[in-house]
Amino acid sequence: MSEKNMTVAVAEALDQEMDRDPDVFVAGEDVRVGGPFGTDAGLHQKYGDKRVVNTAISELALTGIGVGAAAVGLRPVIEIMIMDFVCVAMDQIVNQMAKMKYMLGGQPTLPIVLTTHAGIDSSSAAQHSGTLEAWFCHVPGLKVVMPSNAYDAKGLLIASIRDDNPVIFISNKRCLQTSTEVPDVPYEVPLGVADVKREGDDVTIVATGRMVIDALEAAEQLAAEGVSAEVIDPRTLSPLDTDTIIRSVQKTNRAVVAQEAVQFCGLGAEIAATISDQAFDFLDAPVKRVGAPFTPVPFAPVLEDIYLPDTKAILAAVREVIPA
Amino acid sequence: MSTDIPNETLLDIHRRMVRIRLFEEAAGKMMENGKIPGALHLYVGEEAVASGVMVHLRNTDWVTSTHRGHGHLIAKGGEFDRMMAELFGCATGYNKGKGGSMHICNMELGMLGANGIVGGGPPIAMGAGFSNKFRGTDDVSISFFGDGASNEGSVHEAANMAALYKLPVVFVCENNGYGEYTPQRNHQAIVDVADRAAGYGMPGVVVDGMDAIAVYEAAGQAIARARAGEGPTLLECKTYRFYDHVGVRGMGMTYRTDEELEQWMQRDPIQLMEQRLAEQEILSAEEAQAVHDEIAGQVEAAVEFANSSPMPEPSALLEDVYA
Repeated sequence: MSEKNMTVAVAEALDQEMDRDPDVFVAGEDVRVGGPFGTDAGLHQKYGDKRVVNTAISELALTGIGVGAAAVGLRPVIEIMIMDFVCVAMDQIVNQMAKMKYMLGGQPTLPIVLTTHAGIDSSSAAQHSGTLEAWFCHVPGLKVVMPSNAYDAKGLLIASIRDDNPVIFISNKRCLQTSTEVPDVPYEVPLGVADVKREGDDVTIVATGRMVIDALEAAEQLAAEGVSAEVIDPRTLSPLDTDTIIRSVQKTNRAVVAQEAVQFCGLGAEIAATISDQAFDFLDAPVKRVGAPFTPVPFAPVLEDIYLPDTKAILAAVREVIPA
Repeated sequence: MSTDIPNETLLDIHRRMVRIRLFEEAAGKMMENGKIPGALHLYVGEEAVASGVMVHLRNTDWVTSTHRGHGHLIAKGGEFDRMMAELFGCATGYNKGKGGSMHICNMELGMLGANGIVGGGPPIAMGAGFSNKFRGTDDVSISFFGDGASNEGSVHEAANMAALYKLPVVFVCENNGYGEYTPQRNHQAIVDVADRAAGYGMPGVVVDGMDAIAVYEAAGQAIARARAGEGPTLLECKTYRFYDHVGVRGMGMTYRTDEELEQWMQRDPIQLMEQRLAEQEILSAEEAQAVHDEIAGQVEAAVEFANSSPMPEPSALLEDVYA
């Protein structure tokens, strides 16, 4: 056990799973040099060209390697460098990877993990800052995972690689350099199980990805004001652990849902609807959502700053559901 | 005709072609009778391509098919009963009635599925080819696609990557002259799709896709090359579909002339093969008829099987989404 950041934790998970199972391989752009974010560091030196497959900038075919290889028995980890680039690979992800099992009457098993890096990161502008998890949560056949810290990232990635279904594994860029205690040995964080990151009684904040860090900061400030906030990190967005969320709202009677993605039609809407549906009688206030405005991500730091949902936005939402 | 092709191989190719033809004719009738829901893309006219390629393959070789996919599955050994049942939407179909014509598949035969997305298959075939190389087998991977699909980015990406890694893949372009209802001259500025092979860094071969023996020989070379670890080939087979893009009408189309269809039907791949087999005294006209009759009986039995098969239980709706 030692303190590691999420980048190191991800690389460690890949290394340990490749070491355990010779059918696991990694394919992606620039993975030979450790990947643009360092999440593949050291893998090529250890496993060589055969299992660390440096590909052309060709997201569709690269995803096809994953679909074809998984359908015939390997366990690919496919890396799409930046989440916006999934658009180039969308047919292979949505029409092939996600639907193949159902269309073929259950015949294939598709143990693929598609890893990608999402979110706003110092003026990367509109095509390198996307947080598009809701698109994939809308597709039956895919699982969607979004860790908020290094410990969860390692355990969730190992569980994703061992899972027999396609998993979209989304690392938020502003989480990559944050550190937690991470065991050196392999371990699984089970898919589909949310984590209560902080217990509280007055309001439930359901946050995803980087917003978990912001929500914990908000909870700290609220505590100083005498408001006890519970912070829930779903960790897996599909399938979603609604039980943990509903149990919390039944206790706190108030809920705020926070995501970095564009708020309209986002995962937050699904969670808010679920709370309304399953815990309506427990609610003392409408469920409030925090998310990005309905624009592409801007470039200028001053605009990006306004755009980005943050601790302040979460605090404002909490104050709306808790009367002064 | 090459003299070194064993008679049993020639008869095998012929039988596969007749199997496709008679199954497809029956499927067309069943669609007209309202037994088969959805769109039906018939392979009639193109039988020489699937048959000439598949006769080289084993069950451990992988194949991706297209929306016009029944012929590929039949040529790789698909059983009529379970195929017809799938087209009917029965629980006894290969895909339990969840795929239908456009996704019909039996993975035990090495098929990776018919595919409703034009150009959807080549990246998957490339991935299966990657797996063959990864595991160090001499199995190959074949991707069928049309002239229409040859304009999809997915085909270019898959071909580039297959050549880059020298994967054991054969890209078989079934050029039937039309991308849906658009003639080739209106969807690409080249005549031979195989010309593009040079840009991918692989050999490109053009072959008469109505001539099963020519397909057999060209496919044999490409497959041998792939098995030997020498990388992919783009094999273009010039062929024609005797029916419309969807359904069972042949004549009277607005986008092609009856004269053109008649010209191609003069070169019906099954008739061409039977002429040659008769000339070589390998199969007489009477013996050929006996093959047709035998297979017609199997098709009839398959219709019977599908007619008496149960439809999926409502509970099947939610099954097979996840492992």
